[in-house]
Amino acid sequence: MNIDSFLLMRHEIILLVVILLLIVAEVSISPRKKNSIVHLAIFLFGIHTIAGFLTIEESSLFGGMFRTNGMIHFFKNVLNIGVLVLLLQSGDWLQEKIVQENKGTEFFILLFSSLLGMYFMISAGDFLMFYLGLELSVLPVAALAAYETAKRKSSEAGIKLILSSALASGVSLFGISMLYATTGSIYFADIIEVITASNLSILGLVLFFAGLGFKISLVPFHFWTADVYEGAPISIASYLSVISKGAAVFILMIILFTVLKPLMHIWENMLYGIAIATMFIGNLFALRQQNMKRFLAFSSIAQAGFILLGLIIGNQLGTATVVYFVLVYVFSNLAAFGVVQAISLKTGKENISDYEGLYRTNPKLSLVMMLALFSLAGIPPVAGFFGKFFLFIAAASEGYYLLVFIAVVNVTIALYYYLLVVRAMFLRKTDNAIPFFKSKIYMRLGLIITVIGILALGIYSPLYEYIYELSAIFN
Amino acid sequence: MDILSLFITVPILTILALVLSKGLKQARLISMVGSFIQLGMSINLVFAYFSERAINSDIMVFVKDVVWYKQFNIHYSIGVDGISVALLLLTSIVVLAGVLISWKIKDLPKEFFVSLIVLSIGVYGFFISLDLFTMFVFFEIAVIPMYLLIGIWGSGPKEYSAMKLTLMLMGASAVLLVGILGIYFNSNADGGALTFNILEIAQVNIPLDAQKLFFPLTFIGFAVIGALFPFHTWSPDGHASAPTAVSMLHAGVLMKLGGYGVFRVAMYLLPEGALDWSWFFIILSAIGVIYGAFAALKQTDLKYINAYSSVSHLGLVLFALLMLNKTAWNGAILQSLSHGFMTALFFALIGMIYERTHTRDITKLGGLLKVIPFISVIYVIAGLASLGLPGFSGFVAEMNIFVGAFQHDDIFYRIVTIISVSAIVVTAVYILRVVGIMLMGPVKNDSYLKLERVTWYEKSGILLLLIPIVGIGVAPLWLSNMILESLQPFIQGLL
Repeated sequence: MNIDSFLLMRHEIILLVVILLLIVAEVSISPRKKNSIVHLAIFLFGIHTIAGFLTIEESSLFGGMFRTNGMIHFFKNVLNIGVLVLLLQSGDWLQEKIVQENKGTEFFILLFSSLLGMYFMISAGDFLMFYLGLELSVLPVAALAAYETAKRKSSEAGIKLILSSALASGVSLFGISMLYATTGSIYFADIIEVITASNLSILGLVLFFAGLGFKISLVPFHFWTADVYEGAPISIASYLSVISKGAAVFILMIILFTVLKPLMHIWENMLYGIAIATMFIGNLFALRQQNMKRFLAFSSIAQAGFILLGLIIGNQLGTATVVYFVLVYVFSNLAAFGVVQAISLKTGKENISDYEGLYRTNPKLSLVMMLALFSLAGIPPVAGFFGKFFLFIAAASEGYYLLVFIAVVNVTIALYYYLLVVRAMFLRKTDNAIPFFKSKIYMRLGLIITVIGILALGIYSPLYEYIYELSAIFN
Repeated sequence: MDILSLFITVPILTILALVLSKGLKQARLISMVGSFIQLGMSINLVFAYFSERAINSDIMVFVKDVVWYKQFNIHYSIGVDGISVALLLLTSIVVLAGVLISWKIKDLPKEFFVSLIVLSIGVYGFFISLDLFTMFVFFEIAVIPMYLLIGIWGSGPKEYSAMKLTLMLMGASAVLLVGILGIYFNSNADGGALTFNILEIAQVNIPLDAQKLFFPLTFIGFAVIGALFPFHTWSPDGHASAPTAVSMLHAGVLMKLGGYGVFRVAMYLLPEGALDWSWFFIILSAIGVIYGAFAALKQTDLKYINAYSSVSHLGLVLFALLMLNKTAWNGAILQSLSHGFMTALFFALIGMIYERTHTRDITKLGGLLKVIPFISVIYVIAGLASLGLPGFSGFVAEMNIFVGAFQHDDIFYRIVTIISVSAIVVTAVYILRVVGIMLMGPVKNDSYLKLERVTWYEKSGILLLLIPIVGIGVAPLWLSNMILESLQPFIQGLL
């Protein structure tokens, strides 16, 4: 391994170093200053995030197993920013709860290992690397979902996640083996050359898709979502819905657009049906939710349905709109989860009805929540509107007007339940509203970053243009 | 900063100042100053427009174009013609009057004025946009504050009304979005690049089947906010629950977005579709005209009466636009303006009556002319303007509409025109009925004898709205000319 390959794997290696440093720190930090592990981890991850922004060349390693290019690099940075914001938002929770139980370091190690798995997954050049990355990204999260050991629901969430994800990975692996059987290779570059539509390869595609569909929580692979989100600690629910989903969408996009492009006439019909089912089921189930975490779970299922509108067209425009939408979605959803976490940490309340009258006691938090929800709903001038609009343009550019129409109907349905939360916060007056409280610096910083993202990403157009240029490799 | 972008930046600055302000007194002062400056700007724009028009014969003047999203060819593109200038003037007058009428708002004053001004940004932006994407953005910005405005400061079943209004209007904008995408992806039919620019698309011959498919989507998308029957049901509930200033802005300005959008986007860009579908929408709007008038006849709540009256009057706007001739179009724009001032005035007066008597039920009111003469006299004047008495703006508008509509000499047009004209009679009945029951007769309740006098801010708000009503009625020619000039490109495109 020479210096060039080190630079190519910069993300992975620095993150590995961070993990190792944290293990050393765990041993050397005195018990009286337990909290400093949180500061250290956030600091190290911040440096890692900044280091990730240095430019990179397009190349591959290990005989094509690991590859990277501008787009993959950019997406790793998006994941980094997401995780950094997430760490900031959970900083207080970690200090007050987790570190006190002496499991702070493990939290970071598990979380970063999962992120490392995602790096390998999206950088994969063959199905072996992809599968290893997939497994590495899922298993630590299952442990994290069960992290609040005192809560029964948390253990339940962990078990549910590990069982269903093991099944999903197994199904996916089965699909990969069929693709291997038809093409005789697991390398992406070789498969593109020889793959044709045969019964076996189509079955392989479907099974492979099912595994990733589980991670993105597409209907009908979504059943785990709400229960796991509800039981898991909020930062892990947030991680699952933002980072994990984003990475899975990205690798699915790469594989569909490059490796399985010859089967496009098959998977575009598949995506068409799944998009409609996902949007409707996600939205209709979200209507009746009382718990904020379950509410956001179904909302994130519905959002995944919208993402498919960009995936379905399979070209540069599709790539650009999907990546842009995921970026916007990272900020919007993190803002929403951040507010839920801030309130839950101070008061332990997680229901929509608990939010009644929140604006009169905590105006800033309510405004952040409102912006986040408007962004998720797609109301201008916040970023979510642009993300959705561009996805619709993408789908319409290939003539999917009916699909766009169904999607806009769903936008209206979704607006209803997002407004229910706004109604609770702004319209209702109640005497036992959550009293005023001040969050600590980490949480505030985490929320401010998301708000800046929500407000600026849409209006500031050069970002989209940058993404569009990076997407040229998928044309 | 160009003369038009100021219409976006001044309200934004007002909002920033409001965010920093404390208490009711500062908030209302800032909003008043802000909307006063906007009024000044729009009056200045009228004069600037006339002097620019003398030397510039483009379709749009004061055009400014900045590339926003290069890949999609989305521009921040603005410009005005006579129609938009007139509507901008309407908006700024109604906004200022609305701020004055809300002088004593108690609950969360800062947030109230911020939402009101966000709404006005949406409306200003909509009227100056030449780019479909920007136009759509501003359209939604205008709609969404209504949810908070009605939901927080409204009365009665406010949560229900606010949700109904928002969902129906946003649902309509969702349909509109499909229509706009349809126009966008057909804007290269002549071999050019895809574009959202209205003026460029107008030069393109969009294929006939695309026009027929996307015209109804675009038309309905806009017409819902213009209270097209049967999609008008959000409007009476919304008006009845909204606080006074919001009803004024909503009926006076927001609903005009519908007619303007229908004209500027649906009909201008998809002329073949308009010809093909006009009979269908003429029937719907004629039903709206009649239905609104009869529904108003039966109501006892003052706000419902005016809300249904708006359905009827705005039905007439869509009706006139679909008549596809110059006179009727002129009438439609004049009717938009006239109705804007008139209905805002009505809602202001209703708000003042309600504040004093705590009821909007006309059967419980009586003899108000004796106890609050100022309000009552103005109410009579507004009523007379609404039923189209010569000398007021309503007459000029309706005259043009029906003269235009009668120029078609086939049986279908004759019948719908005659049916719509008959609504004028019904209008007279429901206006005079309210005047008779509420203003004349004995004072029904002793507590009404000691009603609060009209304050300076209420008076100035009312006069602000009354002056244009009389002004347009007495001297319509300058406005009419301004509009007629601007109709030229539509005539070339559609007739």
